Amino acid sequence: MKTKSTGYRIFSTIVIVLLAILFTFPLYWIITGSFKPAKEINAKSPTWWPQTWTMKNYKTLMSKQKAPLWEIEVPFSRYINEDGNPTVISSGPTVPAAIRWLVNTVFMAVAAMLLTCLTAALAGYALAKKRFIGRSIVFTLIVCAMALPKQVILIPLLREMSSLQLYNTIWAVIFPIVGWPFGVFLIKQFAEGVPSEVLEAATIDGASELRTFFQIVFPMIKPGVGALAIFTFINSWNDYFMQLIMLTSTRNLTISLGIAKLQGENATDFGLIMAGAAVAAVPIIIVFLIFQKYFTKGITMGAVKG
Amino acid sequence: MFKRKDGMSRALVRRETIAGYLFMLPSLLFFLVFVIYPMFMCIYTSFFDSTMGKDVKDVFIGFRNYVELFHDSVFLGALRNTLVIVLVSVPITCMFSLWVASAIYDMKDWACSLFRCVFYLPVVTGSVAVTVVWKWMFNNYYGIFNYLLKNMGIIDKNINWLGDPKYALGCIILILLTTSVGQPIVLYVSALSNVDQSLVEAAEVDGATRNQCFWRIKWPQIMPTTLYILVITTINSFQCFALIQLLTSGGPNHSTDTIMYYIYYTAFKLYRYGYGNAMGVILMIIIALLSAVQFKVAQTNN
Repeated sequence: MKTKSTGYRIFSTIVIVLLAILFTFPLYWIITGSFKPAKEINAKSPTWWPQTWTMKNYKTLMSKQKAPLWEIEVPFSRYINEDGNPTVISSGPTVPAAIRWLVNTVFMAVAAMLLTCLTAALAGYALAKKRFIGRSIVFTLIVCAMALPKQVILIPLLREMSSLQLYNTIWAVIFPIVGWPFGVFLIKQFAEGVPSEVLEAATIDGASELRTFFQIVFPMIKPGVGALAIFTFINSWNDYFMQLIMLTSTRNLTISLGIAKLQGENATDFGLIMAGAAVAAVPIIIVFLIFQKYFTKGITMGAVKG
Repeated sequence: MFKRKDGMSRALVRRETIAGYLFMLPSLLFFLVFVIYPMFMCIYTSFFDSTMGKDVKDVFIGFRNYVELFHDSVFLGALRNTLVIVLVSVPITCMFSLWVASAIYDMKDWACSLFRCVFYLPVVTGSVAVTVVWKWMFNNYYGIFNYLLKNMGIIDKNINWLGDPKYALGCIILILLTTSVGQPIVLYVSALSNVDQSLVEAAEVDGATRNQCFWRIKWPQIMPTTLYILVITTINSFQCFALIQLLTSGGPNHSTDTIMYYIYYTAFKLYRYGYGNAMGVILMIIIALLSAVQFKVAQTNN
């Protein structure tokens, strides 16, 4: 505190507050815009606060397209059926497509999160604590892959997914997220803090490898796993490019993709588009605000020795 | 690395290796199948004339895709735009986030985490939602920018921000900036709070000014963070895609094409697979070189 003069401090606080207002403004504009009637949206002078509140934009959004709320497939049935389509055993009631997109997005983000956390926790622990042959090669490969642009693999990935018959399924988006090695790297940083003596003691007591992992290591790296979980959840929710390439049919879209399509079809109906943007953004922002402590920790831990 | 003095430790090494790989297995499987394999396929296919057609076989054409690339004025334009975006946005992002972080890191806890959240908000909101709202704000007729600037008397005619090659790239850089400072601010706040306070106090006793304190003592200590931020912001700026696709689709007249967008355009609109991959390889090489340079700098600094 001593390093800053009072005058400078007041000045910088004012600037920061102004910047903070500018940074929240787009979100404010999305939310208020989604409740404005077309008259206000298309007015020459915009209204800072909706003069009349309307739900019309949301109603239009919900009436656009329909899709079943869920569809449960027989696993691997698309490989057995001759037409390459899966056998659907249960499909939900017909709902507005936007609702289905939310369901898809939540499913995708949760599945990606669980799979990433499980695989990364196991692998990160092994990299940090097991002295196995080839360990440094694997680690180098992981660090190098992280420094490369992950979007350039999307073209070959599309082909791979079509030959695996995963194209246009939610798994085509989930698996590459799980494969991205950032999580392993993050957990390795945490797992290095697990004292080796504890692990040795467990081995001497005759605990199996898996038991050591789940009963001793996992509780100790829990904060790291928590950080990775929230990090993966938010990033996969917003990973637009991959979703754009992998998903095509209306019922398989994610919410961001759905909004992007909506924007392509109704370019100037800003009220409708803002309603869509609000539906896409508000849930993830709430999740972020609840878990932001873990999230911040994940970012800083991932950077150590980056 | 592995001392094998007797049978006991050899058995141990074997045990550790087997256990190690079993623990790694699920993760390695996903990593190899969905990251490493496509990466190799990207390089491999770049030597082929390859389309998406079912019955059309890929034809090996050696370096022809690469030769064509350097005669393709659209690609060169996209390369130039990408470099402009990177060269403008990376330094601004770093300086801006360092300044914000140094202004908020010694505030009260609640204020610091409030501001951290606020500056992270555009990242969390998601590229699609952020882009569509900016598209509205920049709109020629109904946008708030034209309204404000006209009211303040800065412009007298509406400007078609996204439709005019003079302004479009600038608008994109502005939006990119708001969505890329979140993470650097979080990193800088944590780096600044970890600066050794005893050194700062000692310097103050010796009568160092605020500026000297910062550049001589804090700056060297947060250098690793700065380098990390440089690497991630560079990689992110090179991959700028959603903004372009949703705002301008590379237009008007390819003036806002970036490499990433042009790759998408070639592969998924023109169905020129191999050609798109060749661009991907060029992008990989550029980023790998930059990362290598930045890591070298980091090593010599340590």
